[in-house]
Amino acid sequence: MNWEAFWLTVRLAAIVSALLIVIGIPIAYWLTYSRWRWKFLVEAAVALPIVLPPTVLGFYVLVALGSRSPLGRWWESLTGHTLAFTFEGLVVGSLLYSLPFAVQPFAASFGAVDRSLLGASASLGHSPVQTFRRIVLPLSKAGLVTGFALSFAHTLGEFGVVLMVGGNIPGVTRTISIDIYDQVQTANYSSANQTALVLLIISFFVLSVVYGLNRRTSAVGPWR
Amino acid sequence: MQPMSADLEVRIRKRFANPEGSFNLNVHFRGLAGFTILFGASGAGKTTLLDCIAGLSDPDDGRIAVGGEDLYDSEKKRNVAAWKRRIGYVHQDLALFPHLTAEENVAYGLQALSAEERQRRSREMLAAFRIDHMRDRRPAQISGGERQRVALARALVTEPRALLLDEPLAALDRPTKSLLVGDLRRWNQDHRVPILFVTHNGEEVFALGDEVIVLDAGRIVAQGRPHEVMHAPRLETVAQLSGFENIFDATVVALHEDRGTMTCALGTCRLGNAQVELETPLVRADVGSRLRVGVRAGDLLLATENPRGLSARNVLPGKIRRLEQRDVIVAALVDCGGTEFEVHLTLAARDALQLGPGKAVWVVVKTHSCHLMGN
Repeated sequence: MNWEAFWLTVRLAAIVSALLIVIGIPIAYWLTYSRWRWKFLVEAAVALPIVLPPTVLGFYVLVALGSRSPLGRWWESLTGHTLAFTFEGLVVGSLLYSLPFAVQPFAASFGAVDRSLLGASASLGHSPVQTFRRIVLPLSKAGLVTGFALSFAHTLGEFGVVLMVGGNIPGVTRTISIDIYDQVQTANYSSANQTALVLLIISFFVLSVVYGLNRRTSAVGPWR
Repeated sequence: MQPMSADLEVRIRKRFANPEGSFNLNVHFRGLAGFTILFGASGAGKTTLLDCIAGLSDPDDGRIAVGGEDLYDSEKKRNVAAWKRRIGYVHQDLALFPHLTAEENVAYGLQALSAEERQRRSREMLAAFRIDHMRDRRPAQISGGERQRVALARALVTEPRALLLDEPLAALDRPTKSLLVGDLRRWNQDHRVPILFVTHNGEEVFALGDEVIVLDAGRIVAQGRPHEVMHAPRLETVAQLSGFENIFDATVVALHEDRGTMTCALGTCRLGNAQVELETPLVRADVGSRLRVGVRAGDLLLATENPRGLSARNVLPGKIRRLEQRDVIVAALVDCGGTEFEVHLTLAARDALQLGPGKAVWVVVKTHSCHLMGN
């Protein structure tokens, strides 16, 4: 068991899912309430990482982070090194990779808040932002936790994007899934098995929390 | 102190859809301080109208003003956001915030005040509506009537410039209803603001209204004091809504100006068809003009012999076609020379008179039970 890779992965997942709360809430807010006619294009773009091969996503992120892109140059002028093959670069790639897993549960729970509550809040003198803070957010707790947990679990298990963006630098970009791959490559099956089991148990635990939390609100058919 | 004019002025048009198709809401009225009842069948556009006034929905064009201030004016391109309008709105489904207690719900609209002032005012309002003892409970933990009072208290505590109530009493039993109406009236005496009260219940119109506006398919079809509009309907929609079981096409046959009555022939004119004639109250109409007559089934009498010495002017011979029992009322459908009357009787009357299909009867209609409507 490679504890260095383990803690690196947990740290990455925690940072990414925390940042996704901050980034995902405004995006989900916009997706829920905007009446822009081309909104569906943005929805499709947000959902892309679900269907895109991680290598494709990783490739574009790598290009975007490199010293030829404006973003890469800006970061380089700021820090003196490129984002590619660093932990920070891994965070950026994972943010994109896990974005839909945060935004979609957020948007679903915002949209499930009864519109008449929003109208009532407005009639009682609250601006849309105040209403969002005092009514929509508190009533979307389950969706927020779900989005956090799903993006955490999703980031834990990522492989392709990490390989493309971060490479395989011990202590910097070597995550558990890469470590498992390495162990299998060197025919170290018992160690791979151990690490894989840990990842399986953690992922199952996180998903159990998600489904347990949504148990009451999920539909139960009349044929029960 | 209220401003000089607290009136609510509405003149708007809006296209809206209901299950029967799409309509043009096209209304123009002024709501004075006090109760104005918005009466109409479901789908008439009542809720759409309230949503426009509250600012939750935009009219296509027109003007909405309260207390002389424009809230919406399509010509001046003015449209005040809902949250800046200061108009109280109690939704049909109440829209209480489920994650807040009764007290937090009531205090919600007082966010501009200090915490102590907020608590003082909301507790005062909770006490006024007799829900002080359940202030720490959530909406899911209190009864329907209590929820209704929380919703009213929440809207009133903000001292709105106008109040919109969308069937706020619909789900309540009668005693609870009259209590709440009393609470509302008392509040309105101290706060002289216009209250628009939506209902499709004819009884509530009489219990509440200073003024009633009848809405049908998006248009105002009648407006006035409740007894004027509801008891002497000039429009068929009003008649159906206000419960006339019998509505007939009629032609004015003769005017008796000296007696204050006139004679109307029922049914469409056909040669060789013995017509039924009714003596009705006199209205401004010419002989030969066509109108409609509405008669409530409960205002009619049945006799099994030709009655004499009656003050009622209309006694029509006929035959019972059918009897239908509806709960404790018996509806008798009586054929009088081709015109069918629906007459409501008690079970005891049916048994005492031994009524049954085919039995010959006389239908007695008082002149002033006949309500005339334009065609």
